[in-house]
Amino acid sequence: MGRKLLFDKAHIEGIRYYDVYRANGGYGSAEKALKSMSPEQVLDEVKKSGLRGRGGAGFPTGMKWSFIAKPEGVPRYLVCNADESEPGTFKDRYLMEFIPHLLIEGLLISSYTLGCNSCYIYIRGEYAWIPDILEEAIADAKKNGWLGKNIQGTGFDLEIYVQRGAGAYICGEETALIESLEGKRGNPRIKPPFPAVKGLWDCPTVVNNVETLATVVPILRIGGEEYAKYGTGKSTGTKLISACGNINKPGVYEIEMNISVEEFIYSDEYCGGIPNGKRLKACIPGGSSVPILPANLLLKTAKGEPRMMTYESLSDGGFATGTMLGSGGFIVLDEDQCIVKNTLTFARFYHHESCGQCSPCREGTGWMKRVLLNIENGKGKMSDIDLLWDIQRKIEGNTICPLGDAAAWPVAAAIRHFRDEFEWHVLHPEEATKRNYGLAHYADPLEIAAPAAV
Amino acid sequence: MFSEEKLNKVKEIIARYPAGKQKSALIPVLHLAQEEFGGWLSSETMDYVASLLQITPIEVYEVATFYSMYNLKPVGKYVFEVCQTGPCMLRGSDNIIDYIKKKLDIGVGETTTDGLFTLKTVECLGACGYAPMMQLGKHYREHLTPEKVDAIIEECRSKAN
Repeated sequence: MGRKLLFDKAHIEGIRYYDVYRANGGYGSAEKALKSMSPEQVLDEVKKSGLRGRGGAGFPTGMKWSFIAKPEGVPRYLVCNADESEPGTFKDRYLMEFIPHLLIEGLLISSYTLGCNSCYIYIRGEYAWIPDILEEAIADAKKNGWLGKNIQGTGFDLEIYVQRGAGAYICGEETALIESLEGKRGNPRIKPPFPAVKGLWDCPTVVNNVETLATVVPILRIGGEEYAKYGTGKSTGTKLISACGNINKPGVYEIEMNISVEEFIYSDEYCGGIPNGKRLKACIPGGSSVPILPANLLLKTAKGEPRMMTYESLSDGGFATGTMLGSGGFIVLDEDQCIVKNTLTFARFYHHESCGQCSPCREGTGWMKRVLLNIENGKGKMSDIDLLWDIQRKIEGNTICPLGDAAAWPVAAAIRHFRDEFEWHVLHPEEATKRNYGLAHYADPLEIAAPAAV
Repeated sequence: MFSEEKLNKVKEIIARYPAGKQKSALIPVLHLAQEEFGGWLSSETMDYVASLLQITPIEVYEVATFYSMYNLKPVGKYVFEVCQTGPCMLRGSDNIIDYIKKKLDIGVGETTTDGLFTLKTVECLGACGYAPMMQLGKHYREHLTPEKVDAIIEECRSKAN
């Protein structure tokens, strides 16, 4: 069994409520931070922990915090990014729904460290029932002296507010989120200036993901150095992975980042293998925007080493033979799945979600969607595959925010690894419209798994 | 016009932001307005929201047209918003969408003649492990099967009667 830091108490009945959370050691880390540590000491622990942002980009949290500007007389803000909208990712929902006080405690410690007296949780609008849970938890925390004025007699003040978005993936990008919080369209801002200098209402602002902020609680509980002993290399601690697609046990798992991808997919503790005796075809391990990998490159790196569930191992080989851990949205495809159709759903998603501010993204995502739709419907030409490649190259790196890259990478990786499947669609238009086409020759995971099982 | 209770809620939302930053209340107040005024935002409703927040109507229109959760046309009493993105597709969302179309005899984006149901397809609702799924009002309906869809339709019909 992997060690747990966020879900260690998730099994306790009623942990959603203040009394149960408190009775099980809740708010202990906040007490430690506020009563016996300076903000600089807390920041130091977070730096020592090696925690990397759990939203997808993986930027070191301690470093991000140390960038916040501190001009005299200007308020600073902490914004919790709960706009979880990346296809495949549904981990933060679990944290907020079942252990809301863990997040509130994390926000309290983080706000204290950053010197913020107001904190906003920006949550995707579709999670319409969760703000009620969070607001109840906030009210309970306040009633017990953990929020409001002069928290636990320490002189520190903090208010936390919940704001619902209204259905826009782009608002997960930190500057678009800030725009949205200011009551505008979610159009990303050009950086610099970065939010740490000029963010919400032009004040210094830190935007962190839900899981990142909740993780500050166990870091303070066990200490940064101890936290860094979990995991491996630069992938310290534990990570929430939301697993979905063709697996026996979809769900949210906390893993210590030292297990292999193969163990994660096939062991009973996690995904429990592929249903109906089907073989693994491919996987997108970090949310839809990261490159898809065929089974053989997923389970082993190009060097033949077992692929691990870490930032470093998943990205080994760059985009030619590797991918990314991203947000931990782990999407598994079995041998029956059609790569063209799968790629089309993501192209449609990014076209729908493009804010329209940059031409390459606004025009390119729609163009990719239409070309893919043609191929999927048996109306494609061989030259369409090169055209798709060309379009995605012209989007990547040419937009204000990373949505353009996120739209380009799934298309690029699908063509790179499954070009013959695209060609098959073009050459067999009638068959392509009638059935899914599963290419089984990419890898046989049963063969790869055999030595480990023996 | 909002009831006094809702107006108090608007004031409470505005109080979350620093003085002069009441425009930040726009998205939450539009949610309130949509709930209160028949599930969609008419131009009269948007103008009213602008007057409440002391901003110009165009500032409301540009936000209302950007976010997918706001309906700018009337919708049925129950809106089925079925996710069609990759992870849901892998678990059969296409079949669920087809089933609902046949069962209610409407296409995507259409409303039944009795005004009871609207079918919409949406992009990723963050419930990928519980696919296929849809949003109905404030809550998610997950692990959908044709039988579950039948039960949901019956449930809505009995509530409406």
